[in-house]
Amino acid sequence: MQKLLKKISPQTRSDFITYGIVIAAFVIIQLLGAAGLLTSSFSGLLVPICAYVVMAVSLNLTVGILGELSLGHAGFMSIGAFSGVVAAATMEATVASPLLRMIFAMIIGGVIAGGAGFVIGIPVLRLRGDYLAIVTLAFGEIIKNIINCIYIGYDAAGLHFAMAGLGDVQSAEALGLQGGKVIINGPVGAVGVQKLSTFPIGFALVMLTLIVVLNIKRSRTGRAIMAVRDNRIAAESVGISITRYKMTAFIISAALAGMAGVLFAMNYTSLIAGKFNIDTSILVLVFVVLGGMGNIRGSIIATVILYMLPEMLRGFDNLRMLIYAIVLIIVMLFTNSDGAKQFREKMKMKLEAKKKTKETGKGGEAA
Amino acid sequence: MKKILSAALAVLMIVTCAAVFTGCGAKASPDKISIGGIGPLTGDAAIYGTAVKYGAEIAVEEINALGGIQLELNFQDDVHDAEKAVNAYNNLKDWGMQILMGTVTTAPCIAVSSEADADNIFTLTPSASSTDVLGGFPDASGEVTIPRKDNIFQLCFTDPNQGLASAQYINDQKLGSKIAVIYNSSDVYSTGIYEKFAAKAKELGMNVVSVTSFTNDTANDFNVQLTEAKNAGADLIFLPIYYTPASLILSQANSMGYAPKFFGVDGMDGILTVEGFDTSLAEGVMLLTPFVADAQDERTVKFVSTYKEKYGDVPNQFAADAYDCVYAIYEACQIAGIDGATSAADACAKLTAIFTDGTFAVDGLTGEGMQWSATGEVSKAPKGMVIKDGVYVGM
Repeated sequence: MQKLLKKISPQTRSDFITYGIVIAAFVIIQLLGAAGLLTSSFSGLLVPICAYVVMAVSLNLTVGILGELSLGHAGFMSIGAFSGVVAAATMEATVASPLLRMIFAMIIGGVIAGGAGFVIGIPVLRLRGDYLAIVTLAFGEIIKNIINCIYIGYDAAGLHFAMAGLGDVQSAEALGLQGGKVIINGPVGAVGVQKLSTFPIGFALVMLTLIVVLNIKRSRTGRAIMAVRDNRIAAESVGISITRYKMTAFIISAALAGMAGVLFAMNYTSLIAGKFNIDTSILVLVFVVLGGMGNIRGSIIATVILYMLPEMLRGFDNLRMLIYAIVLIIVMLFTNSDGAKQFREKMKMKLEAKKKTKETGKGGEAA
Repeated sequence: MKKILSAALAVLMIVTCAAVFTGCGAKASPDKISIGGIGPLTGDAAIYGTAVKYGAEIAVEEINALGGIQLELNFQDDVHDAEKAVNAYNNLKDWGMQILMGTVTTAPCIAVSSEADADNIFTLTPSASSTDVLGGFPDASGEVTIPRKDNIFQLCFTDPNQGLASAQYINDQKLGSKIAVIYNSSDVYSTGIYEKFAAKAKELGMNVVSVTSFTNDTANDFNVQLTEAKNAGADLIFLPIYYTPASLILSQANSMGYAPKFFGVDGMDGILTVEGFDTSLAEGVMLLTPFVADAQDERTVKFVSTYKEKYGDVPNQFAADAYDCVYAIYEACQIAGIDGATSAADACAKLTAIFTDGTFAVDGLTGEGMQWSATGEVSKAPKGMVIKDGVYVGM
């Protein structure tokens, strides 16, 4: 066993540890749930945590691995969420199984969000640094405002579509539905969404995201993407197509965010576009930054802790958000200040020294 | 090193998880009826949640001082977000909530009321006014897509009722010949009222000359909307919006030299308390509201003075609605014989039966003899008010 472990490259081993942590967490929670030990507060957090983990990991692909700061990630989540809701509602009559409906909705949400990523990526990825950040922020807001104007309904004749601002459309009446139902009602958003999300589906999506992102990171594509990040000119000079690799990362990131959006949307009966505003984008960015840029496992752990923290602090009443902010600052200092870094280096040296003596000791015995 | 860090984080994770399992939060005391409250205490809509919290606290203190049934209120923050509202709801369930008073704002309430319906927890919302909160109303397709959530009731008017009543009122009283509307298209409340107003206005053959909207992001400058209304020759502007943007509209119209009549709904209540707002501009503004802080009846005077004393502010209609909510719950609990030991599901069944039996009526600050129908709506008449010399006067 040990030999086998040694044969596997350290990178692969690290990936498998990440998978292992996620699977173990899932199994433990399922067991505790079966034993009835989970509080409703905790059970209620599981699906949103899964959605935010997928968001953080997918944003890490853009921010950490591609190295482009995106402030509009919630926009893709929004596109995925609303298209998923529409897809699930239209399939209600034809696809009986809720699980299948959820999977289809997720695929559709992912594809549409990925498509949006492509369209937005064309102008956005021509920019660099601060400018790119500002433009992604703008696109996030544009998406929010567009969805606020959309009316979509479904009846026997199929999907009906209307948009406020075109002609005198002001309400869902403009759809001219014959029976059927209004799915997206402009600023009122989607109400009467069927709750299809479950923790196992959320877990499956997290695993899918991890497999996709970790494998990209270790593949030729991933190395090319990181080369673009580290030195654009050098990468270009060895024949790496910058546009192509930037686009690949951006689209995959958008598609995964879209799927996270579907998971999130299907967990609540109502959904409004205003939910996916700059605050949500920043929240996810905070998860990524505190978990470590490019560090996928860090993103997962940071998301779980930082998402649960404000809920756990409800006992503190008015001081809740204050304490949350203080925790964020402490984490930031701990991971970034020089003093903390030196302390960590010291610990590392000590530990390695210990390991060495142990190993040499062992070697001696064997000889 | 990475290993240690991840190990440390994993330990932290387990510890936090463990804290969640054991439910480290305080539990509701068994000799008091546990009422949960949810609303925005932080963020943009904090003013409404805070008012509801304060209003409910006053009612709970008064009731507890009477002896008899004792109440306990646990009010949680939802930042006006459906996701956080559901989290808060689950938290309250762990606390041992028997009855829910909330949520304050509409969009979160739609999500929470579905949860409460599934869990059989009796819910009375002070101010979430959309019909989607209750379910059982047809949408634009003419069909009911959200079934009635049987145990959810409202203490405020529904949005459609306000829209219909406003149109009817303006038409009956011949308040304006050319009507303009400015509404918030990113807000469920405002859009809901506007849609019904527009439908009713069409039916009554009213002359609506200009309809303009704004969003939360553009709620600072209304010159475009006002200019359009002015050019269309509107002599009455209907404002189904909250009072903060309304106060800006009034002052911007004034600086344009445009002086139509203004007509608002219950969200307009509070306009006289906006800081830095010249209240003389609100002279002649009309609004439909269930609560008037300047009313002279004994209960209102007492409530307003207690509120001022404790929180240093004049209460708005949200506070009054919450106060009434707690009293409605209290009176129903007395009839049903509910105490701190009754399970939430039992309490729900009993309270639902009492609220819908047709004889249960509550006198409160926002209406006399308020009754509920099986649809979850409250029956109370909106009062038409006009602002004269800085106070509300009945029309």
